[in-house]
Amino acid sequence: MSERGRVILLHGGLLAVLLALNWVLPDYHRGNLARIMVLAVYAMGYNLLFGYTGLLSLGHALFFAAGMYGLALPMQHLGLSVAPAFLAALAAGAAAGLGVGLLALRTTGVAFMIVTLMFAQAGYLTILLAGAWTRGDEGFTIPQAARRIAGIDLTQPAARYAAAWALFAVALAALLWIVRHRTGRVLVAIRENEDRARLLGYDTHGFKLLATVLSATYSAAGGAAFALLFGYAGASFATVQYSILPLLWVLLGGAGTVIGPFVGTLFMFYLIDWAADVTPAYMLLAGLALILLTLFLPLGIMGLVRRRLGWLP
Amino acid sequence: MEFGPHLMLALIEGAVLSAVLALMAAGLSLVFGVMRVVNVAHGEFYMLGAVIAWFVAAGTGGGPAPAFVAALVIAPLAVGTLAALADGLILKRIAYDPERTIVATIGLLYILQQATLMTFGPEARPVAPPFNMRIALPWLARGDEGWGLVWPWGLSVTTYKLFVIAAAAVVLVLVRRGLTHTRAGLLMRATQIDRETAQAFGIPVGRVYALTFGLGAGLAALAGVLIVPVQQAHYLMGGDALLLSIIVVIIGGLGSLAGTIAAAVLIGMSEGIISVFFSPTLAKIVATLLVAFVLVFRPQGLFGQRPR
Amino acid sequence: MTGLILPKPKPLSRRAALKTLGAGGAAAVSLPLWARYTNAQSSEPIRIGFQKHATGIGAAYGNWYDRTSTAAVKAINDAGGINGRPVELVTEDDATDPARGAEVVEKFATQSNCDVAFGTLFSHVVIGSAPRAGELKIPYFVVSEGHHVASGMLNRWTVQPGITDVKSQVQAMAPFVAQNLGKKVTMMIPDFAFGYDHRDYFSAAIQAQGGPAPTIIAVPPTETSFTRYFPQIPMDTEVLYHVMVGPAVLTFVKELGEFFGGSRPAMFGFIDSLEAVDLASPGLEFLDGTYFWEGNPRYAQANQTEFDKNFRAAVGVDANGASVSDPADVSTYAHMFGCWETLYVIKAGMEAAGYAGPADRAKLIEAVEAMTTMPASNEHPQGDKLFNGRTHQVFGHQYISKVEGGKLVLQHTSSIEDTLYPDEVDYTTQPL
Repeated sequence: MSERGRVILLHGGLLAVLLALNWVLPDYHRGNLARIMVLAVYAMGYNLLFGYTGLLSLGHALFFAAGMYGLALPMQHLGLSVAPAFLAALAAGAAAGLGVGLLALRTTGVAFMIVTLMFAQAGYLTILLAGAWTRGDEGFTIPQAARRIAGIDLTQPAARYAAAWALFAVALAALLWIVRHRTGRVLVAIRENEDRARLLGYDTHGFKLLATVLSATYSAAGGAAFALLFGYAGASFATVQYSILPLLWVLLGGAGTVIGPFVGTLFMFYLIDWAADVTPAYMLLAGLALILLTLFLPLGIMGLVRRRLGWLP
Repeated sequence: MEFGPHLMLALIEGAVLSAVLALMAAGLSLVFGVMRVVNVAHGEFYMLGAVIAWFVAAGTGGGPAPAFVAALVIAPLAVGTLAALADGLILKRIAYDPERTIVATIGLLYILQQATLMTFGPEARPVAPPFNMRIALPWLARGDEGWGLVWPWGLSVTTYKLFVIAAAAVVLVLVRRGLTHTRAGLLMRATQIDRETAQAFGIPVGRVYALTFGLGAGLAALAGVLIVPVQQAHYLMGGDALLLSIIVVIIGGLGSLAGTIAAAVLIGMSEGIISVFFSPTLAKIVATLLVAFVLVFRPQGLFGQRPR
Repeated sequence: MTGLILPKPKPLSRRAALKTLGAGGAAAVSLPLWARYTNAQSSEPIRIGFQKHATGIGAAYGNWYDRTSTAAVKAINDAGGINGRPVELVTEDDATDPARGAEVVEKFATQSNCDVAFGTLFSHVVIGSAPRAGELKIPYFVVSEGHHVASGMLNRWTVQPGITDVKSQVQAMAPFVAQNLGKKVTMMIPDFAFGYDHRDYFSAAIQAQGGPAPTIIAVPPTETSFTRYFPQIPMDTEVLYHVMVGPAVLTFVKELGEFFGGSRPAMFGFIDSLEAVDLASPGLEFLDGTYFWEGNPRYAQANQTEFDKNFRAAVGVDANGASVSDPADVSTYAHMFGCWETLYVIKAGMEAAGYAGPADRAKLIEAVEAMTTMPASNEHPQGDKLFNGRTHQVFGHQYISKVEGGKLVLQHTSSIEDTLYPDEVDYTTQPL
């Protein structure tokens, strides 16, 4: 089979399996998987910047929150319905990505990490300052009645799962297309050796900015979907913790692979879920697991798989 | 309170914060500079210093002063040893790869936090300072008979806070002398300048790293012991401290101890001063963005060298 | 002829009857616990999902909420359970995080087969979890003190029947403060939702008492050093109203003492600042002579009811509000009664509704909405309660105490009327 065929079979197959699970899974796991798919979109966005372009940001919670509030605030205060609010969220994410990118991309390495961290912190504090609209750290709920699209009630388990799956499928397909075509290859070239890419005539700054904007838009899509499907927007999603989580998911799942982020998110979620059942000190187990994984599985799960299957994008 | 005394009070409080921050950041700067890794668990070493100080104080009889002295010795040693162990067991094995180090130290963070929660508990617990006298401070003001000293209501400082500032200064001077006048310091600086050449010269880089990591953690723990009579020991206290010290180290510039100290003073003081003028949350936003913009337009920090 | 097919019933002599009864009774007493419930609708336990703040910023409360809930469940089971069925607590940690809280509610509803969910304290976690409870149609009994339930922000499945909310607490304080301490107030509040609630409700209430608008000093919740905020306190302040919460509170009080030295204005605080903290801690001497709101008086008072005595004995707390096994382990006495009373409300609701299983969850909500007065009793040791079925919020007495000689001494008990405010929502008009 051609490489293209294998890629489509693997990713299409994953999507098909996930779709089928909507009818197979018990309620608890179906709810979990919906959440995981939405968070995986966030992770995929992060991976685009980190795994493919080689830029480690510690401030992606800003983009996630931009999407979350970009959807929730218009719905709450302007009475917007779901579809236009979702578009507003994507626009908010892209705008934030552009703003941060124009400034932060003047730095590299550790300075880039800190600058992105600072912007995210400022974003979090701004959410608190604007408490009159955002209700600060308490957050606010989106009424169940408002969370419908085209007459479908997104708060019902099957519809919620289907919506999460639809977003995930579109995000996965788009990411696959990006990385397998010219843009993706240039990003990888920049990751490997930026000077050489520039010498070859590529506008590396332009491509890095593009990657930042795309990454931010993906993250915003994840944030908006999270608010929509679970009915809550709050400042806790803009804290440093939510910037570190996608890094963790991507590193575990395999940076620079398309499926890696999903695998990482799935793995971490169930690791904590399993550990919480075993002991109240589950974060201890999670911490231990992280150390063991980075000692013995540094490429991440899919990264290891890619060693065997070289065609894995 | 009048503006002048208010500002003075803010400066004094800022100085205390700067002192503790400088210690923590010096530890981080050493680790950053020599080993080139981000230790996300650095804040937890600070927290452990405070928590161990509480355990020592609770276990030692004879009053707060001997307990405090004991804690000053025991906590940094214990935490430094723990850190050196972590370095040998984990960091060495992943060859100090920056990304894997971040993941590993995140794991270490979770473990340390949870272990503290399970043993120390979720409450914030105080430790009595070895001494604490309130000193009212005078202010120069024009009265009916010309200039004279007045004692504005509320303008004061405590002897312990002055001690913290002095102690931090002393320790930092000792660290600098240690780096410049001892053999171990020489090895550390050589490794920082060029690791490969240092290895070629027969310097045991592995052991230098372990020593550096332990020393960095020890400094953080010392900061924790110094601050715990002012604040309380709490298992989540490491988070904010970590954020601030990372900022200080980056602003001050990698590998420059003087820069780190200058940045600590700048950031510690500015937080206090800005809050005199603005609402605190707004002040924090301004301070955060200021840091970001300094880095954007001067990425090597205030005192660091441009990367070659 | 019939005697060959059906044995003729022997006439029951009185002696035989008594013997049978006696044997049956003896057998019943010697039955194991589970068998005592065999005449119930089913012997399946009633599962109450307890959403506990075991880690994160709420962990100190979570600890005591757990102890109180466990004691309440034991007391309920010793008395025969609910509708004859034993009660089982299913505990999950929500890490004081809204996203995790929602996941835990989901787990209760879909995985652990819980009948109801209960126990959340921190407002942001309640607000983050309530939507899921509403979608999954599982009764969600929160013990939060937040005004969010009564504000109409949540849904008909979320109820707060065991603890009063901050709006009613704050409102009830203003008359006492204005009459006894002063009307020129400076408020030091944490710069987040909890602080804003105090700021908004108390400002309105004190101005209704004829006082000027208070000076507000908002401090970031993660602040660790407070001295630089104190200069903003106006020199002519009569009352300093403080509601700082979080691990830095002891620093706050200590630095306040260092700032004011010998002369300070009257001070009024909320015991939230010092829950689980020993009043004898170093630095707190400064609080002597100051006043505190208490949800439930920590120290046993001269007029202690027998209900409070029984409550303390059941939970394992002494007359100083600390653990009987460790006097240094001070409880969150002003809040944890909420868990006890809420569990008894769940019991009363299930019995009134004839609750048999998850199909009756809607009936349970309606039964709770129908409740009104709850007199002080072993089930309600904090005091009388008045439940508002439309707003899903309970109202009760508020206590004001003064720190004297290292203990809190009750000065004033507000009437329930003092704490009432107009309805902001009617959940009963919403579909279940």
